[in-house]
Order: sequence, then C-alpha cells, then structure tokens
Amino acid sequence: MNPTFPLIIIGVAVLFINGIKFLSSPKTARKGNLVAAAGMLIAFIFLLKTDGSSVWSHGWSINYTLIVIATIIGLVIGATGAYSVKMTAMPQMVAMFNGLGGGAAALVASLEFIRGSHSDVGITAFIAGSMLFATLIGSLSFSGSAIAYLKLEGKFEKPMTFTGQNILNGLILLVILGLCVFLTVNASSTNATAAFIIMFSLALFFGVAMVMPIGGADMPVVISLLNSYGLAVAADGFAINNLAMVVAGTLVGSSGTLLTLLMCKAMNRPVTNVLFGAFGSSGSAAAAAGGVAGTVKPIQADEVALLLAYAQRVVVVPGYGMAVAQAQHSVRELSDELGKRGVEVQFAIHPVAGRMPGHMNVLLAEANVPYDQLIEMEAINPSMDRVDVCLVIGANDVVNPAAREDKSSPIYGMPIIDADHCKTVIVMKRSMAAGFAGIENHLFYKDNTRMLFGDAKASLNALVTAVKAS
Amino acid sequence: MDTNILFIFILAVYVGFEVISKVPSMLHTPLMSGTNAIHGIILFGGILVLADAATLLAQVLGFVAVVFGSANVFGGFMVTDRMLQMFKKKK
Repeated sequence: MNPTFPLIIIGVAVLFINGIKFLSSPKTARKGNLVAAAGMLIAFIFLLKTDGSSVWSHGWSINYTLIVIATIIGLVIGATGAYSVKMTAMPQMVAMFNGLGGGAAALVASLEFIRGSHSDVGITAFIAGSMLFATLIGSLSFSGSAIAYLKLEGKFEKPMTFTGQNILNGLILLVILGLCVFLTVNASSTNATAAFIIMFSLALFFGVAMVMPIGGADMPVVISLLNSYGLAVAADGFAINNLAMVVAGTLVGSSGTLLTLLMCKAMNRPVTNVLFGAFGSSGSAAAAAGGVAGTVKPIQADEVALLLAYAQRVVVVPGYGMAVAQAQHSVRELSDELGKRGVEVQFAIHPVAGRMPGHMNVLLAEANVPYDQLIEMEAINPSMDRVDVCLVIGANDVVNPAAREDKSSPIYGMPIIDADHCKTVIVMKRSMAAGFAGIENHLFYKDNTRMLFGDAKASLNALVTAVKAS
Repeated sequence: MDTNILFIFILAVYVGFEVISKVPSMLHTPLMSGTNAIHGIILFGGILVLADAATLLAQVLGFVAVVFGSANVFGGFMVTDRMLQMFKKKK
C-alpha cells in the first residue's frame, strides 16, 4: 500500500469536519458545503480496496463500465431532483436521498456478507455483525423513507394504527434481531443465505410498519431519525475497512441523532412517544371537546394595516400554513413595505415550524428575507412584551399558550413562541378549524387577539396595498 | 479485529456531536441535506463491490447500489448548495 494513502484519508476526514464547522454561520455555510464536496472528490480519487490497493489500478473490465454508467444515471437523477425541487418539498427530497443512501448501504453490506459467507476463509463475527447492522439499518431506512416521502406528499398522512400494532412490531423486531445474532455466529452455515434474505425482507417490512403509524406533522422527527442511519454507512466502513466511510457515516449519524433529540425537545415529547404514540389520532379528541371561555374577535385588513404601519416593532410568526398558502413572497413584500416606513420587522421561528428542522428558514430565505431578520424562539421570547404587533401566519400549536397554562392539554410543557405577550396579536387563519393536533388554541380567545380570516396570501396582499396607501 | 478503526469511530462520535451542536437551527435543513450528501460516500462502497462483482446478481445489485449512492451524493451536495446560496444578509 502506498504509505501516503492513510494521510490522505485523514485529510478527507478533516475536510468533512470543517465542512460542517463552516455551517455554524450562514456567512460561511456555502463554502462549508463545497469543502465537504471537495473531501468527497478526494476520497473518490484515492479509493482503496480492502487489500489496500487502489480501486483504479486493476485494469478495465465490464464492471468498471457498469460503474461509470451507474454513476452517470445517479448523477442525472440527483441533479434533476436537486435543481427542480420546490423549497416547500425539501423534506420529501431529503427523505428520498436518505432512502437512496440507506438502500445503497444495505445492498453493499448484503453483497459483502454473502460473498464473505461463501468464501473459504469465512468472516469474523465483528465483520459479520457490522454488515448485518448495516443491512438492517440501511434497508429499514430505505423503506421507512419511502413511506415518509409519501406521507409528506400528502398520501395517507393520517397515522395508521390498529390494536396490538406495537406488540406486532416488537415481535418482528425480535425476529430480526434473533436472525442477526444467528447469522453473526453462523455466518458460514448452509442456511445463512436463506436466513439473510428473510432478515433483509423483514427489515424492509419493519421500516414500513414503523413509519405508517406516525402522523404527517411528526415527520420532522422521522426524517431526522432516518438521517441517523448514517451509522449504517459507518458499519459498512468497518466491514470493508474504509476509514473515510467510518468517519463520514459517524458524522451523519451524530447529526441525525442530535436533530432527532432537538425536535423531540421542541415538542416536549420523548422519542418513544413520537414513534409509538400515534399522536394526532387518539387522545386529542378529548382535549378539543374541552372548549375555551371567551369570544373570538375578527378584524378587517385595513385596520390591521393601520396597526402595522404605525407600530415600532412587528414580529411575524410563520407556520407551515404559510408555506401551504405560498404566502412567503407576500410576507416579504409586507416586511419590506413596513421596513421602508421605519418599522422593525422580525420573524420568530419555532424549531418545529415546517415539515423538517429549519424548513421555515429556507422558505423565507428563498423569498429573499435576509437571515438577520430570522430569530430563534429562545432569542426572541424575552422581548416579546415589547412587540407592538405580532402577526401569526399559518402557525397554530407553536403559539398556543395552553402549553404554558393548561396542565390538561396534550401539548402542556412544549416550548412556544410567546405571541400572547405582544400588545396586539393578529392571527391569520382560513377558518376556526383546530390545528393539526386537534387542540383548541387559547391564543384565539385572548383579549389582545384579533382574527383576520381568509387565505393568507390574499390577506397579505391586501395588507401590502393598505400599508402602501396609509 | 482492528481496534484502531473502533478508536476512530469513538473519536468521530465526539467530534460529530461537537461540531453539529454548533450549527444554528436556522441552518438545520441545509445541515441535514449536507450531512445526507456526506453519507453518500456509500457510493464508494458500491463502487468497491461492483468492481469485484463476480456473479450476475452481484453485478445487478452493485449497479443499483452505485446508482442510489451517486444520486445521493451528487443530489445532496447540489441541493444543499442551492439552499445555502439563498441565505443573504440585509443589504
């Protein structure tokens, strides 16, 4: 083996780590992505076989022609997806890439496992275990991502549940794990291939069974969780002795794990509750029936325009409803118009607003809202009582004060944006229908709240015209 | 068993948590798609198995793995770049 190769792989790892490091500020983030891509290119050039020889030094064969064709097909699929996807559909895109990577990891591990189990030398339990782990995680994230993709597209968005579901899923998982243990010990037995195929199929099925009961709005957690399948890549790296793969897979695994925990914290629910609780189907009906004292006070667009035009500080709280109404460009227009009049406009972003972590920021950035106007929940909450007008657009549960005041509410304890602390709150809403979780929003009944009914985009356009005129 | 590789794995876990926890929530979507692209490194795993594929089955599955991995790595970096160039400061 060429002695400089290990050094190059260390360089690749450093590039990956620095790439993520640059993501800590929007100023350097784009550079960070390119740095990571450069690391990938170097890892590609210096790709080594398990025996330490370069993969490119073995002479051309039909297999290499296949590699070129397959890479080009993948490039075309990836590039088409990347440049045509709408920003609202970004969660689907990430789910798709996740699934593809998971599928690849599972296939690589399977091929290596079957080859190893048929070879005369056999494979060690450590290598067999890594390959089985990669197959299991990779295939379940492949099928799980496919279901997440469909749910995000609006197909069977509702959680699908039946009695005994968790028990059945638990049993399937037990069988899978049992087969894995069997295969780790008996990798070279005659039944190994058959057992392996059963394990692979069950893992694919388990991915479906695991995601089906989870509701559409819980997808941020699911996507983050499936992202942590990067660990499958790391396990593949163990199996084929590729350090770059171990480091890359582990970094991704950490990011997925960390984001999963952050999302759950922002919803004040343990991971197990998201995965096995089928939120939004049971339990919430009772909460909705409770009812809230007080009346809802509607308001007209021209009145809102006056409030906004003569305010000092305005905070916009966007939710997924804004994206659905395609209102982000109108909201930026309104913000620009107010800015011209000397009104300070900020956007308060809840961590779970949108359909994946950070989704709302991307949507607003696309609409040319400068990123220094996007403020995180923890940063803006302490100063909310000094805000003149808070404009809630398509957000619901993330501004519901029941999370602070009502111990019986299913969302009690969830951190929220304190919209109700502002002098006046304007809630833009299509109708009085309850939010995703079916929970009554106490905010709508507060004395300082006014409801602006109608389509968010149409209302915002009316506001822009009215503010210009005033 | 090679303990070096486990040692590197453990270190990578700590480094990973350290750098990723510094990424602001504003950039969590690009973080996710960017790390997504990084795990597209599985493409190389696909290339390695396809390069040594001896049976038709191995060729077919290896081919699929390379297509998947390639879509993952190229698409991931491209879509992340597309998102990040939209983040602009106030003029």
